[in-house]
Amino acid sequence: MIRTRQLALAAGGRTLVQGLDWQVEAGECWSIIGRNGAGKSTLMRTLAGLRAPDAGSVEIDGRPLPGWPLEDLARRRAYLAQSRSDAFAYSVIETVLSARHPYHGRRYWEGSDDHAAAMAALTAMEAAHLAARDVRTLSGGERQRVAIAALLAQDTPLLLLDEPANALDLAHQVQVMGLLARLCREQDKTVVMIGHDLTLAHAISTHALLLMGDGRWHAGAVHDAMQATLLSDYLGHPIETIDHGGRRIFIPLEANHD
Amino acid sequence: MHPAPSLPLRRRAVPIVGALLLAAIASLLVAGMTGSIAVAPSELPAALGQVLRGRPDSLAATLLELRAGRALTAFVTGGALALAGVMMQALLRNPLADPYVLGISAGASVGALLALLLMCAAATVDAAALAGAVAVSMLLYFFARRDMRGGVALDGGASMLLLTGVILSSGCMAMVTLMLSIAPEGRLRSMVFWMIGDLAGAPLRPMPWIVLGAGLLYALRSARAMNVVALHADAAATLGIRVGALRKGLFFVSGVLTASAVTSAGSIGFVGLIIPHACRFAFGPDHRVLIPAAVLGGGGFLVLCDTLARTVVAPTQLPVGAITALIGAPVFLYQLHRLRK
Repeated sequence: MIRTRQLALAAGGRTLVQGLDWQVEAGECWSIIGRNGAGKSTLMRTLAGLRAPDAGSVEIDGRPLPGWPLEDLARRRAYLAQSRSDAFAYSVIETVLSARHPYHGRRYWEGSDDHAAAMAALTAMEAAHLAARDVRTLSGGERQRVAIAALLAQDTPLLLLDEPANALDLAHQVQVMGLLARLCREQDKTVVMIGHDLTLAHAISTHALLLMGDGRWHAGAVHDAMQATLLSDYLGHPIETIDHGGRRIFIPLEANHD
Repeated sequence: MHPAPSLPLRRRAVPIVGALLLAAIASLLVAGMTGSIAVAPSELPAALGQVLRGRPDSLAATLLELRAGRALTAFVTGGALALAGVMMQALLRNPLADPYVLGISAGASVGALLALLLMCAAATVDAAALAGAVAVSMLLYFFARRDMRGGVALDGGASMLLLTGVILSSGCMAMVTLMLSIAPEGRLRSMVFWMIGDLAGAPLRPMPWIVLGAGLLYALRSARAMNVVALHADAAATLGIRVGALRKGLFFVSGVLTASAVTSAGSIGFVGLIIPHACRFAFGPDHRVLIPAAVLGGGGFLVLCDTLARTVVAPTQLPVGAITALIGAPVFLYQLHRLRK
């Protein structure tokens, strides 16, 4: 689905990722884990084609990104940015409909199938009741759900999500993560996302990519990559795990506050 | 803040644009009928027919022909300014941007005032204004071409383009002030009028219409892409928009529109700011309706303002820029107040 060859990323004179040879197959759900500034978002923007790699290449379906026409690519992969700013009073439904752009070709107006897709995506995100609202009046969590609905409406096999759980309340975090896991399992979609909740990531991901932020990285299936010692090393904080009712719970060790 | 769309915008588009088209035609007729000698509505059809056939025999037809030239110039200027405003706001992702924010009109002012100071002919003044606008646009492009690529966010206060524009604008205004302070008394009036924006003596030429037509065509073809960029900023690229090319296009087309408008009528303020604002307020921010609405609204608005400017204290003619600002400032404040509520 998507792969990188000898990918190197640098920002502000620092090498973040070095020699990343990484392959993601259809139906896999990857979590990217690392400290702040480890290059997670930079990697995500590079995968989305918003930023050129500092070395190496990114391929989708075996074709390097620069060789893809943007409109074709927009029907293959969708990207959720980490944050967004709304300058204009677009309504929620207009925001979601804009994600149908790659399917419009030269048409001036969208069709009723686009409306159906947009409403289905909003319903999936429990945001259908917001359809007529001005996006600038939404709360942070509502806005995030609308952004994810737009991503779903784009209807691509590959989803790249930069912190999808951002600003969501507990119930919606679980709901969104469950939805993404289901998309991988049932519709063979491919998900690559950044998250900070290790327990949730472990529950839904099939694989994990750990970034150290100095060029080192570790990619593998969840049982291999999400081990307490490895995570403690990559996150720079001691972590314990507890197995509880078939799930693995990750607990950061408390610093001594006394 | 616009009312919840009970009908899809697609269905509302035709009545909205149709109504604005009728309003624009009505504004042109009002402009033709009002003046020191009024033309009665009953005389209108016959007079209009004579003008269209190119043989204005009656007094009404002669008056109509005289006023039509000025009214049509007002229309094309207002339409161009409003369209340039819509494009500049989409480019900078800032609803408070206007065609003058990047200093293109200030550049035109330097050129025009220099020509007026040197007592050049009217055609030279126009050419000098155009040259000033082009020079500032090229400087802007040179300094801020980094922003014209995709992959950088172009909003917030930190945009290179906006900062460069604001600085170039204040540099040009300093030169304008300098020229005004050394200008002899006799030339001061024409210079000040040019600065405020005046349609008296602006000839009806085909060029502004060609520019407006081409700009409108480009804007309508890019309307959907403008929506996506207005919503998603640089991430619009992941929806298949060539963000860099669109930004360059918006910059150049709005620059040419602004240059064309200030060249024929001086720097008329507020039209490029309040007309897009009012249209967004009334019809929503979707560019597919906003673009034709703003062109028709801006054109009609400037025609009415110009009619006011030449009649309100007749026989003295006011510069139309003073009228647009007098109407624009309170309307804008009202909108702002309603929006923040």
